Amino acid sequence: MANVVVQTLLEKFPESVSPAPDFRDEEAVCVAREGLPEVLRFLYADPDTEYRLLEDICGADYPEREKRFEAVYHLYSVKTARHLRLKVGIGEEDPTLPTATGIWKAADWFEREAFDQYGIRFEGHPNLRRILNHEEFVGHPLRKDYPIKGRQKLTRPSNLGWDERKSAGNGGGSDAEAGQPEQMILNIGPAHPTTHGTLRVLARLEGETILEADPEIGYLHRGFEKTAETLTYQQVIPLTDRLNYVSAMMNNVGYCRAVEKLLGIEVSKRVQYIRVIVSELSRIIDHLVCIAANIVDIGALTPYWYCFRERENVYELLEALCGARMTTSYTRIGGLAHDLPDGWVDKCREYIRERVPRGIEETDTLITKNRIFVDRTMGVGAISGEDALNWGFTGPCLRASGVPFDVRKANPYYDYDKFDFDIPVGSNGDTYDRYLVRMEEMRQSLRIIEQALDGLPEGPISIEDRRISLPEKEAVYTKFGALVQHTKLIVDGILPPEGEIYSVTEAANGVLGFYIVSDGTKRPYRIKVRPPCFAIFQALPQLTEGSMIADLIATVGSLNIIAGELDR
Amino acid sequence: MWIDYLVWTVQNLLFPVVVPVVLLTGVILAVWIERRGAGFIQDRVGPNRVTLFGFRNAGLMQPIADALKLLVKEEFIPEKADRFLFFLAPTLSMIPALLTFMVIPFGDVLVLGKYRIPLQVADLNVGLLFIFAISSLGVYGIVLGGWSADNKYSILGGLRSSAQMISYEISMGLAIIGILIVFESVRLNDIVRMQGDLLFGFLPRWGIVVQPLGFLLFFVAALAETNRIPFDLPEAEAEIVAGYHLEYSSFKFSMFFMAEYVNMMVASGFIVSLFLGGWQIPWLPTEALVAHVGPILTAVLQVAAFAVKLWFIMWVFVWVRWTLPRFRYDQLMGLGWRVMLPLALANIFVTSVVPFVLGVY
Amino acid sequence: MLSPYIPVFVGILWAALLAAVLIGVSLLFGPNRPTPEKRSTYECGIDPMIGDARTRFSIKFYVVAVLFLLFDVEVVFMYPWAVLLKRLGLLGLIEMMTFLLVLVVAFVYVWKKGALNWE
Repeated sequence: MANVVVQTLLEKFPESVSPAPDFRDEEAVCVAREGLPEVLRFLYADPDTEYRLLEDICGADYPEREKRFEAVYHLYSVKTARHLRLKVGIGEEDPTLPTATGIWKAADWFEREAFDQYGIRFEGHPNLRRILNHEEFVGHPLRKDYPIKGRQKLTRPSNLGWDERKSAGNGGGSDAEAGQPEQMILNIGPAHPTTHGTLRVLARLEGETILEADPEIGYLHRGFEKTAETLTYQQVIPLTDRLNYVSAMMNNVGYCRAVEKLLGIEVSKRVQYIRVIVSELSRIIDHLVCIAANIVDIGALTPYWYCFRERENVYELLEALCGARMTTSYTRIGGLAHDLPDGWVDKCREYIRERVPRGIEETDTLITKNRIFVDRTMGVGAISGEDALNWGFTGPCLRASGVPFDVRKANPYYDYDKFDFDIPVGSNGDTYDRYLVRMEEMRQSLRIIEQALDGLPEGPISIEDRRISLPEKEAVYTKFGALVQHTKLIVDGILPPEGEIYSVTEAANGVLGFYIVSDGTKRPYRIKVRPPCFAIFQALPQLTEGSMIADLIATVGSLNIIAGELDR
Repeated sequence: MWIDYLVWTVQNLLFPVVVPVVLLTGVILAVWIERRGAGFIQDRVGPNRVTLFGFRNAGLMQPIADALKLLVKEEFIPEKADRFLFFLAPTLSMIPALLTFMVIPFGDVLVLGKYRIPLQVADLNVGLLFIFAISSLGVYGIVLGGWSADNKYSILGGLRSSAQMISYEISMGLAIIGILIVFESVRLNDIVRMQGDLLFGFLPRWGIVVQPLGFLLFFVAALAETNRIPFDLPEAEAEIVAGYHLEYSSFKFSMFFMAEYVNMMVASGFIVSLFLGGWQIPWLPTEALVAHVGPILTAVLQVAAFAVKLWFIMWVFVWVRWTLPRFRYDQLMGLGWRVMLPLALANIFVTSVVPFVLGVY
Repeated sequence: MLSPYIPVFVGILWAALLAAVLIGVSLLFGPNRPTPEKRSTYECGIDPMIGDARTRFSIKFYVVAVLFLLFDVEVVFMYPWAVLLKRLGLLGLIEMMTFLLVLVVAFVYVWKKGALNWE
């Protein structure tokens, strides 16, 4: 199976497709710019492969190469459960590519991001303007020649008019400002009680009905990817806490797993099980927060407190592990920061058997069959499974639409295939189904934790490799060899081989992907995060147009957009 | 005689001055019940930090501290606001709220010798109409508040509230017609007095007993008229931030806030008077009480009974607020026009036709 | 005749005085240091943009107002009738039911026309 797709592509498109260097068994090909649309269309439509999910498009910059820029496409086929990477080289003099928005709607924002960060222009894109950086910003910050401290003074808040927002690229424009006096353009966010984090949506209204909605992001953009290029691999871990800050553990796990793949190492079973436990605990936190916030936006404050009370309990567990509640930084490359403290397993059992279920069931009792809640959410913000996949939805939002795709089942890692758990699937893809799916996923997570606690093996919490894991702190002070090892690791860092990998985990919101390019030095050459909610949020206009403001609020809440990972 | 003047003064000057002050003081208690009740329902403590002379008082001082804080806060007035209307709106919101309570009787007529003092500020023969007339003025405060600030959220809140309040006013007005048919008066004290009778010899003839559907409709409409969850759309903070009072700060915000709670008390008093027997103590008519404990103590007991009922309804308001989510605008209007209005009409039909069919009239 | 209204007038004056005093006191005690930011209109942290707030609004709100007027007048008609129903007797009942019937027909018409849909 391994390279069937690559072989097919090489045979079918001999002029445009060439093999990419083989590394860590990943399927990857290089595609010439001219042949790209053809190849993409083939991959999407071919019944054998059906790459229906465009997970990511990102840019990369190699100034020494002849074709300086590279656009990297990560495709996924739910049918064959395989990833495929396409790499397209682009010269600096004419950094243009044909757009993929005609095939995957998900390409929209990913292409805008590549344009924003690298200046790669996608021809035929409906609205190619900056997305993470401010419209006044000059230059493309992720290019290697853009200085790391290249700060720019901006003079005003983002204030594009409706027509400017809509017509960037190819002059479309709408009639919003031209003679429609009954219409009102309402700005929702970034400082709005319901745009948790800093989201912003512009809505063109008639009465209270939304004619057109336009999300604007980037208010929490802090240049994670640029910063990561200046740090060693271990030093990036604290930055990953801030991606999805609601479930920081899962980002720690996802990032470390990616680097471990790059290094070609496997962590011990104990580490894997502990990572599963903390991931599932984080998933519960994330779902609790999402449901709580969604319900409070719909107007019921009480279930919010029930959810947050239990979140507090789970935070206590995480705090016992690493001393921090939100910014955990618990994992290390090749292992974990600490082993479980004494008595933690029993405490965890008590919490997941008695406390957390109580919060879930109380919320369930209060809300699930509440007529007002059902009326407010059923059929609101609905999307079909096919559309959801096309928009790049993953996680609970995709499963609510009836597509049973979960990385934990499709591409199991860390013994997820050995745990007994179900993937809840909705049918209508509306806000109510997203709520139900999340509720059920929390119960399934509890099951997984229970099993992982039962089967928790003994073993080291860090791999035995002098080039990767730090020695015991005590040894550093008493043994010369350990001191040298410590110093060398801190100064020189971990040195992975040259190559590039893409690794995904199932985070609370969906597929969390890390694309890491290594040039053999201690610092990553390029890290691209594929945040699940980035793809989801761009579908907001489709989800809300024609509905009312209150529906928009309910829908945004149910998508669980976390600005930290959205804007990076 | 001087005592004539005293009685006149009490009735015409003291009552109208004291009752609004009592109402404003009641706001403190209402806010306290709201916040501590929220804490109780939500498995947390609620405000309990503000002390008085070094004593914790279960947070009772918190609303007072809040009010004082708001009193000394800076006033922000948006540049584009219509300053006159901006000042007028909170006043317009508060004055009707304070006035409406005037016709609600909080006790039976106190008979001291030859003097008859109705325990009610103004014993109007059109009491019910007075309440409807004055309370509908409250919507002006909200609409003008929303419009004058020149803020999109405020305007949406103002539009929502005007549509909502006038829609539910109809249901509210129709819901009590059944009561009028049964008790044959629009004078509130008469209505309350008639509820002292017993049905079948044991059941108090309260409005809720003879008009259960009317009570339900009226209660729901009262929630809507006071902008409480699930009908708090005019200020739905998750959607339009704070709606009509978004741009208000300092004590002008506080006035909207107080008006809301006074309106709740008025609505509770209204519900109590129409449906829960007002100041009546079940099975203890005024005459019997006066005969046993004297007129003064009777009055005290009756006022206490009224207060207990009123605060019970207030608690139900709080209870509902912390239990239910919020409607969407179209669902709210749909409920008002397509459910409550036909039900209210049906209620009138049944109430008026049944006595004729049974041959009572 | 008008004597029960004396306390009402006293109450109106007093409530107005209270409101004025409360506003006055807060103006007196509160600081007043306006800046352009404080005086700008709140629009979620963005400079008020794209259009004025006081635009023409949707016609649907007007429909609500007309319906309200219609039904509120009806309610007012019904109050005296309700109080006097016993004395008016069967004739009064029939008269009001006829009136109500006309109104219900109109109501059903409005409903079917879709004026009661607020989506």
